[in-house]
Amino acid sequence: RGTFNLKASPVGAVLFVSLCRNTLLEANVAKLGCSLPPARKTGTTICGVVYKDGVVLGADTRATEGMVVADKNCSKIHYISPNIYCCGAGTAADTEMTTQLISSNLELHSLSTNRLPRVATANRMLKQMLFRYQGYIGAALVLGGVDCNGPHLYSIYPHGSTDKLPYVTMGSGSLAAMAVFEDRFKPNMEEEEAKQLVRDAIAAGIFNDLGSGSNIDLCVITKGKVDYLRPHDEANKKGVRTGDYKYKHGTTGVLTKQVTTLQLEVMDESVQTMDTS
Amino acid sequence: MSPAVNHWTFGIAPVVLAKTRPGATGVRWPFTSGRAREALSFCACGSTTIMAVEFDGGVVIGADSRTTTGAYIANRVTDKLTPIHDRIFCCRSGSAADTQAIADAVSYQLGFHSIELDEPPLVQTAANLFKQMCYRYREELMAGIIVAGWDKRRGGQVYTVPMGGMLVRQPVSVGGSGSSYIYGFIDSKYKSGMTKEECLRFTADALALAMERDGSSGGVVRLAAITESGLERSVILGNQLPTFFSA
Repeated sequence: RGTFNLKASPVGAVLFVSLCRNTLLEANVAKLGCSLPPARKTGTTICGVVYKDGVVLGADTRATEGMVVADKNCSKIHYISPNIYCCGAGTAADTEMTTQLISSNLELHSLSTNRLPRVATANRMLKQMLFRYQGYIGAALVLGGVDCNGPHLYSIYPHGSTDKLPYVTMGSGSLAAMAVFEDRFKPNMEEEEAKQLVRDAIAAGIFNDLGSGSNIDLCVITKGKVDYLRPHDEANKKGVRTGDYKYKHGTTGVLTKQVTTLQLEVMDESVQTMDTS
Repeated sequence: MSPAVNHWTFGIAPVVLAKTRPGATGVRWPFTSGRAREALSFCACGSTTIMAVEFDGGVVIGADSRTTTGAYIANRVTDKLTPIHDRIFCCRSGSAADTQAIADAVSYQLGFHSIELDEPPLVQTAANLFKQMCYRYREELMAGIIVAGWDKRRGGQVYTVPMGGMLVRQPVSVGGSGSSYIYGFIDSKYKSGMTKEECLRFTADALALAMERDGSSGGVVRLAAITESGLERSVILGNQLPTFFSA
């Protein structure tokens, strides 16, 4: 009974046209003698905190493909609307595309209502889309923003459940980050205190979780202003090499030298300038 | 059976993908693949304890506050008592994603219905909407729900819609994984004709006992009393829970 419905007008841009081919490939992988490419996951530590004037979102910057770091400085804090940003953990493509889709729909909604979008609206749109795909879109999100009703912070899971809380962490480093939050979170913190707390939580994830690493990005959202601090803290700068492995000219003695010129005729020389304005 | 997506379900009817994918062991358990398994663990009833009691003039509902992803507590202060309408609530157990989606869909349908009728909806109507959705999509959903509230026709009512989509009215109902530990307590301590305060005490005691024994339930106890005049919500924090004998 392997039927599935492809609705005539899919809401959203995810189509399952390659499903049959992919399942066949998966089944015959052993016979073909190769392995399927692993999805690039973001490993990740992401977190968010509500403080006195708004929310602070934080993320690390490592993207992994299996056990290899695919991107040492990827951006995990995505724009949703001028007052709402979203950190993404899980499958990198899924978080990127999902946030872009909802950002687009939210902008249209905002133009239609003639109001600044609300965080609860973004939350509804995200959870309804993720539930529709029953967890197959691997996007675990921390959604934060400030709207007419104040600062709000949501955590959204791939199956479509959401929690509205004053502090949340997601990703493989979430336990390390949550330990920092549970120790030092207080309601109505000042901005510097909140930024330091988020920075420390992400740092805990970076240094104690293999799936997270590199730098710490922060995003501070208040009423009317967003500070996108990328990077906020370069916790893992590349070291400077102290040794030099180049040999000086003359290290190897030259015995003979033979020069052969190639007979080339210049046929036509033209210069075409490219308009790079 | 292919679930139709129509406007009543908000487009949230689960997409039924090929059940015979190669590699599938035929186990239709939703969490076999090891991807993020949020909310209410592997237990068939969901890691929760929820309860509702009728009294003359209203209902008292209560729940614990723990949501788990495997062995990690994703939210230790969850609110499992969800308003569906002004005087109608539901207690959610099972998968958080499924129950949140169902509750959102039913609140929409009930709100629309109430505006059409131009009067507050019946608790039985809300319960039937839950039943219709839970029964129709019974293979895809993991949701055990208790619907409780007050209406003018029949006063305080408690309806239970467990997994599978049954609907039955009961004077007192418990649900979730922690409920197994308190059936004996409920059966021995419940008597009809209790007052609101007695019901609140009874519910708090039962939930505290369940949270003590069930690893998947815990946190704080959230209570709500729904009557004609309105709604009173309260929270009992961990250190204020009623204490009993512990070995």
